[in-house]
Amino acid sequence: MTTIMVIYSLLAICLVWSLLKSRKKTKQSFIVAARALWKMAPGLLAIVGVVGLILGLLPPEIIARLVGEEAGFLAATTAAILGAITLIPALISFPLAASLLRSGATVTTIAAFITTLVMVGFVTAPMEIKALGRKFTLLRNGLSFIAALVIAGLMGVVLG
Amino acid sequence: MSLFKKFKAPLLLVLVYVALAMWWPEVSGRSTKVAFDYLQEMILIIPPVFVLMGLLEVWVPKETIKKLIGAGSGLKGLFFSFLMGTLPTGPLYVAFPMAGTLLQKGAKISNIVIFLGAWAAIKIPQLLVEAEFLGLSFTALRFGLTLTAVIVIGLIMERLIKSEDLPEIQEQREGR
Repeated sequence: MTTIMVIYSLLAICLVWSLLKSRKKTKQSFIVAARALWKMAPGLLAIVGVVGLILGLLPPEIIARLVGEEAGFLAATTAAILGAITLIPALISFPLAASLLRSGATVTTIAAFITTLVMVGFVTAPMEIKALGRKFTLLRNGLSFIAALVIAGLMGVVLG
Repeated sequence: MSLFKKFKAPLLLVLVYVALAMWWPEVSGRSTKVAFDYLQEMILIIPPVFVLMGLLEVWVPKETIKKLIGAGSGLKGLFFSFLMGTLPTGPLYVAFPMAGTLLQKGAKISNIVIFLGAWAAIKIPQLLVEAEFLGLSFTALRFGLTLTAVIVIGLIMERLIKSEDLPEIQEQREGR
């Protein structure tokens, strides 16, 4: 909700400013936006569909079973992979992580899951490639995945 | 390109959903609900973000972007990219077109990586929720380590990615 309010307020401020300065340029901005949206529309719709399928097959309870019971490197890697392929809003993922911690998952596992969840996007990769190129996307996601495992390991040592 | 060909992936997914509804209603029910929630969120968030992107494209000159976050912008550029990323502006997939525009306008690769990293992992409202559920020490430690990692990844990618790897340049070469 905050997010939506911030975006719309930002947009309102920028639009008023733009309209005061030049109507023509404002219209041009809308054309640019519509073109980009049309270009991205198939990718966005595909994301909706794939996220639905993945979370339908892997509901939070199953994720909890997969990462909750074991510990160690294997559990952290599983958690990191699950985090990379799923796309769960933060508001749902944090309570899920907290309940996993209570039910016996280690700090390392949880940190791996949350870090890849936010930094690595398997489902959104096609969109990222379109906007930023294949090499950029592969490197960013690959390096982020490795970083997530390192971060998780360090957090386990410090907090575990 | 025909409309059908352009939307082939979403159309294929609709078929998958129909098949699921017939043979695996349990999964289909959950999937449809999640997809619907997501669609709702997208319909609210995507249009304003794209209009903001359009305004950025039309109003902000290349030189400004270059000076702020381009080559030679140094620590100031790093800080500014980070700050732009932390604004509460929705999920990561809306940041990609934005990052594409910034890149076209001459932003440095490392700053784009930092912008995306901050956008994904270091949102202020998100941190508050995280602290509430997972504790302050978990959140603070993850914040510090993620920030470090994003900067390091940015610096590595700055060295590895050449301008010909980026999509705009490729499009120009194809003569579009």
